[in-house]
Amino acid sequence: MSRIHIKQGRIIDPANDLDCVGSVYIANGKVISILVEPEGFIADKTIDAENKIVCPGFIDLSTRLREPGQSRKATFKSESIAAASAGITTLCLQPDTKPVIDTPAVAELIKELADKADYPQIYPIAALTQKLEGNELSSMLALKQAGCIAISNANKPVNNLLILRRAMEYAASHNLLLIFRPNDYWLGNKGCAHEGIVATRYGLPSIPDAAETIALDQCLELAELTGCKVHFGQISCKRSVIKIHQANKYGLNVTADVAMHQLHLTENDMIPFDSAYHVLPPLRTEADKQYLRQGLAGDIINCISSDHQPHDLDAKLGAFPETEPGISSLETLLPLMLRLVAQHAITLNQGIAALSQNPAKILGLNAGSLASGFPADICIFDPEIHWEINSDNWKSKGTNTPFWGQIMKGRVTHTLQSGRLIYQLS
Amino acid sequence: MSNLQLTAEGKLKHFLTIEGLSKNILTEILDTAESFVGNADQQIKKVPLLRGKTIVNLFFENSTRTRTTFELAAKRLSADVLSMSIATSSTSKGESLLDTIRNLEAMFVDMFVVRHAISGAAHFIAQQTAPHISVINAGDGQHAHPTQAMLDMFTIRQFKKDFSNLRVAIIGDILHSRVARSQIQALNTLGVAEVRVIAPKTLLPAHVETLGVSVSHNLTEGLQDIDVIIMLRLQRERMTSALLPSESEYFKCFGLTESKLKIAKPDAIVMHPGPINRGVEIDSKVADGAQSVILKQVSNGIAVRMAIMSMAMQPQGVY
Repeated sequence: MSRIHIKQGRIIDPANDLDCVGSVYIANGKVISILVEPEGFIADKTIDAENKIVCPGFIDLSTRLREPGQSRKATFKSESIAAASAGITTLCLQPDTKPVIDTPAVAELIKELADKADYPQIYPIAALTQKLEGNELSSMLALKQAGCIAISNANKPVNNLLILRRAMEYAASHNLLLIFRPNDYWLGNKGCAHEGIVATRYGLPSIPDAAETIALDQCLELAELTGCKVHFGQISCKRSVIKIHQANKYGLNVTADVAMHQLHLTENDMIPFDSAYHVLPPLRTEADKQYLRQGLAGDIINCISSDHQPHDLDAKLGAFPETEPGISSLETLLPLMLRLVAQHAITLNQGIAALSQNPAKILGLNAGSLASGFPADICIFDPEIHWEINSDNWKSKGTNTPFWGQIMKGRVTHTLQSGRLIYQLS
Repeated sequence: MSNLQLTAEGKLKHFLTIEGLSKNILTEILDTAESFVGNADQQIKKVPLLRGKTIVNLFFENSTRTRTTFELAAKRLSADVLSMSIATSSTSKGESLLDTIRNLEAMFVDMFVVRHAISGAAHFIAQQTAPHISVINAGDGQHAHPTQAMLDMFTIRQFKKDFSNLRVAIIGDILHSRVARSQIQALNTLGVAEVRVIAPKTLLPAHVETLGVSVSHNLTEGLQDIDVIIMLRLQRERMTSALLPSESEYFKCFGLTESKLKIAKPDAIVMHPGPINRGVEIDSKVADGAQSVILKQVSNGIAVRMAIMSMAMQPQGVY
């Protein structure tokens, strides 16, 4: 493998408390040295990173690539190109594929598809229950051995708390991480918008924040009871932040992420009946958004996920409640993080940590750091480049983003995955 | 939203919701409707305003009254009318809403009158349809039923003349009611003194007060000082979805009886968008009583819909 010298970049590596200008030296797919040139190092390739930021590649905790099963929406090929262009070097795949990731065969298929797409660092998340139906446990251990990085029931409900308890006990026995998207199916009442002033005005079926906080409460209790390691995915409301904070104060050690769009958009930003804003959990209130931002700044929320859900045009063409929820969001991850920094919600160091160091730690991955010996998963970006979200720049097959047409600031120029240059801005 | 239904000159293009429409436009609708009211009594009921125009009533949800009055209104404007009930047939054939619209567009239609069970459907059609076509919302999900609201406003103005001092009570299932949402917006735009909603909490949307209403959970208290009483229809399925215990308990608490009616102002009028559930939300004696204007609402429906249809076709060179 080639030896790469990244020179003159501003290196930000939160895992090692590093923020300085200098060089990164890579050989055999690994970082071999930072700042100090190794003796006798001859680079095969030199990347000039002057005025750019060099940081660990991003790790996304919640992604849908739509394969297997829905390749009309997106493919591993299309989305891995999008991910690479966004500085993302590791993707965790939600189990609600078709078929569901509930057998080792499907997990292996995903690894194969990832290899074929030339983007091997895609980790399947195993289904918690068979077919995600919420009734019977999946073969978690076999799934773990087949390469699954965690377990989750995606957005599907577990039918009762006894089943959830058993699943968590079993997961704990095998030291598996449960990624839990808290949502009480019944309270959610098949809603499509936050139960607030906007849903009331437009007569949209609505989801109260209690649907999330009650499910979160129950899962916290079961985490205590079962000793299962729990990570809460895509939390969306103020009281979830408070509850997670309290739980950690009492020594429970749960972690959480928030989807990037929840840190920027609220129900008030929704253009009436515009399906681009149809997302689950729904966009909530300004107070929720502010709490989520504070939770992130205070390390109560550890990570930001993209919650990438690419769709075909038909999925978003219809009356709002009938359209499919989700935003195509890999490519806006970095600029929207930088927007949080520009708005003084978090520091750049925190933003990078939330996208690399923290998810790596939660997943137990040997990644998210630029220390020597770590795989050279690296994102290099120019924080000053302005670019427009349009069909020339956009790589994902899903164009379903409410940010379409907007000017973003900050763009990835190079992405390295295990020392391989998988993206370079032309 | 308001931009979508208005032309650059601020004229009505589509009629999707009351939201975003000015008091002037609402008053213009009422005044125009006034000019059509006499027509019904004449030997020749027709006016030639929409001669040569084709209007398609697209009803994805069942309706008798609304569809009939729209049909009559279109015919009295001399338009060619086609009424289609697509309650379930199109979806069972797998045709999407958009394909249905595209097919009809290809038949040179000038206006769609749309009723659909999903909130936002009329809005979606207005966005997708060819620019020369007007879309009138005849009720979408729980969102809006603006022509019903306007015929109610027309009826209120007939009996009460002026909106500014009125206190209006809307009673019943506000949560699921597109009629109530549109009425509340229209009443507030026309400047009534108070809109009061009266219902148990299970039938009120969250943050209902942000719609510009005061709230009561008690009919006896809520009816005091009221000039206009609007009863809403209670669907049977509200009982099976645990929103209410029983019809009889509902009638006991929120049903409008002669004795309850006495609590309101003596000259209060009683309205209902129909169809009525006698003995569930309203007692027959009240529904058929002297203060009831329910049938007047129905006849006014034609004139008001004529007004809205002709105004929406104005940008296309009618008049």
